[in-house]
Amino acid sequence: MSKITSLADLKKKRQELQAGMDIRVKAIDPENVVQIKVAMATCGIASGAKTVMEFFLEQLERRNIAAVVTQTGCMGYCYAEPTIEVKLPGQDPVVYGFVDLKRADQIIEKYIKTGEMVDGIIPVNYQIIDLKE
Amino acid sequence: MSKYSMHLLVCGGTGCHASESDAVVCNLKDELEAKGLQNSVQVIMTGCFGFCEKGPIVKVMPDNTFYVQVKPEDAQTIVEEHVIKGRKVARLLYKDPQTKESISDSKHMDFFKKQLRIVLRNCGFINPENINEYIARDGYQALGKVLTEMTPEQVIKEVKDSGQRGRGGAGFSTGLKWELARKNASDEKYVVCNADEGDPGAFMDRSVLEGDPHSVLEAMAICGYSIGASNGLIYIRAEYPLAIERLKIAIGQAREMGLLGENIFGTGFNFDIKLRFGAGAFVCGEETALIHSMEGLRGEPTVKPPFPAESGYLNKPTNVNNVETFAAIPAIILKGAKWFSSIGTERSKGTKVFALAGKINNVGLIEVPMGTTLREVIFEIGGGIRDGKKFKGIQTGGPSGGCLSEKHLDTPIDFDNLVAAGSIMGSGAMIVLDEDDCMVSMAKFFLEFTVEESCGKCAPCRIGNKRLHELLGQICEGKGTLKDLDRLRNMSLVIKDTSLCGLGQTSPNPVLSMLDNYYDEYVAHVTDKKCPSGQCRSLVEYIVNAENCVGCTACVRVCPVNAITGDRKEVHLINPSICIKCGACMDKCKFDAIYIN
Repeated sequence: MSKITSLADLKKKRQELQAGMDIRVKAIDPENVVQIKVAMATCGIASGAKTVMEFFLEQLERRNIAAVVTQTGCMGYCYAEPTIEVKLPGQDPVVYGFVDLKRADQIIEKYIKTGEMVDGIIPVNYQIIDLKE
Repeated sequence: MSKYSMHLLVCGGTGCHASESDAVVCNLKDELEAKGLQNSVQVIMTGCFGFCEKGPIVKVMPDNTFYVQVKPEDAQTIVEEHVIKGRKVARLLYKDPQTKESISDSKHMDFFKKQLRIVLRNCGFINPENINEYIARDGYQALGKVLTEMTPEQVIKEVKDSGQRGRGGAGFSTGLKWELARKNASDEKYVVCNADEGDPGAFMDRSVLEGDPHSVLEAMAICGYSIGASNGLIYIRAEYPLAIERLKIAIGQAREMGLLGENIFGTGFNFDIKLRFGAGAFVCGEETALIHSMEGLRGEPTVKPPFPAESGYLNKPTNVNNVETFAAIPAIILKGAKWFSSIGTERSKGTKVFALAGKINNVGLIEVPMGTTLREVIFEIGGGIRDGKKFKGIQTGGPSGGCLSEKHLDTPIDFDNLVAAGSIMGSGAMIVLDEDDCMVSMAKFFLEFTVEESCGKCAPCRIGNKRLHELLGQICEGKGTLKDLDRLRNMSLVIKDTSLCGLGQTSPNPVLSMLDNYYDEYVAHVTDKKCPSGQCRSLVEYIVNAENCVGCTACVRVCPVNAITGDRKEVHLINPSICIKCGACMDKCKFDAIYIN
């Protein structure tokens, strides 16, 4: 990791990183990169999010699906842990709740492979602020 | 492989399910099949949209149309009009209660604007263990702006003008606190983050630290620049291992990138952060007790003044803020005081994170602008009371807060309104109670917690709370008198007035507020010796209803103390002197023949 020594540095870094995230989504292989975020706060892990994340990492590779699986913090839907967000290329992200291994398998087989939604979707019920003025 | 061009999302939450949303799904599917569209339009049952008041909800994707109060017979219209002809069904659209205009896109509805995430802006959005994702979301830009473009006084003015008040519970102006710490000259000063979240049912701070640790680190550095400190300390309970782990990773990455350490952004400003672990004592959330605990002394509060801003950690000027307070700072700096103060009420600005727990459908973490009403939080965002039961009360502010009843539901939530209603904001725990909860037992439960957590330094808190707890115990057992209710109130007021720190000054709040709001229930316990919600075991009697009892002997067999007599096909009888009131017979009976008196 390189040091950041000035604000200009940080701004440059931000730009690079934003572009980097962009590449992750669009440039490499636009049709096949799926992004999955697993909510991994204490509550999520206690309900089995770790197993679910490992399952996705392992199974997506085994089933030859190019995907980025990352962890994130609490999404707030504590009653429905483990929760995950799945973003198919070019589509709005969808949040699934109560994701056990069975539902994880369904999500891969149906939603990720064919775009057919499966039960357990949680509608997003909040707005997040954007820090840019 | 099927390719659907349209999705119909139908809410399958408890509320909508009760309003026949499953029949809506069936009818939609049948209707689509009849028109031969089953392979191009998919019907999916989803989780709760939170808008139970107007359920059942049907959302049409991709055009984002939001239909409310859809009845099973509306399925045909939706399919024929919307799906086939592409025309929105006007009568099913949501109408704005004020302007009476129809709104088809849920993004424009007030309800979905109810949650606004400032503190939680990155929670559930970025990977907390990767600093790059935080930077890509404008992370550390606020620190850069502060160090290169603003004087410490300007930063303090900005924070002051934003109107932000401390989210730990007391609601003291953040900017003013910083100003006081800046004014006290010293060779060394400290910035402390209070992450000793101790209220039962509260998990706001843990979630922020686990989901977005860098926002707190960045804000602490901004605070350090403003008050003239180069050392930051995070006091966190060892019971939060994951939050600690993520903080360690975050601090390591920030140091590696030069965003913590020496000469940050080449401006000559130095700031570093270390962790201090607490053993999970509730009183250590009080700032003087917290500082003593960090110094290696007993976690006991001391009298203020001197305030930590004058003499805190190692007798140096110290500024203590809560996790949530810090997490909003970068947003205030980047978007400006004016923006922040445009959100919220007259005297409470911005948003507040709440942990919703108890008898509510959507247990979870929410962030709403100040001024949102309790009704909106409980019934719209929280999805209402579990199992269709009746709302009875809501305990805000944890064991230091009060219990608010139905008449307070339309109170806009802010620091001052909650105090006026007899409770406090506290750190933001909200525990919802339903008709089955007994308010005497509840008060006893919270007192049990404070008795356990009292540090024992001052007599009113140490002895007074113990006595309160004993009195409540007696009332639950049917040994209380009307006079005891006065005694409860008087003793509570004395404890509040004479305790040394915030713990004792607030611990009688549950008792006082419940006495105020549920006085009849307390009277029922002492005069009629009855517990209206049937929770106090000593006060209930299990009785067999002779009309319903068929004499199946199921209860006789399940009773652990052989208190039930009666042969096959004869009406059974429970002997109250043997009965231990375990309720096993009532659970077992299939004929509703056993009831609680």
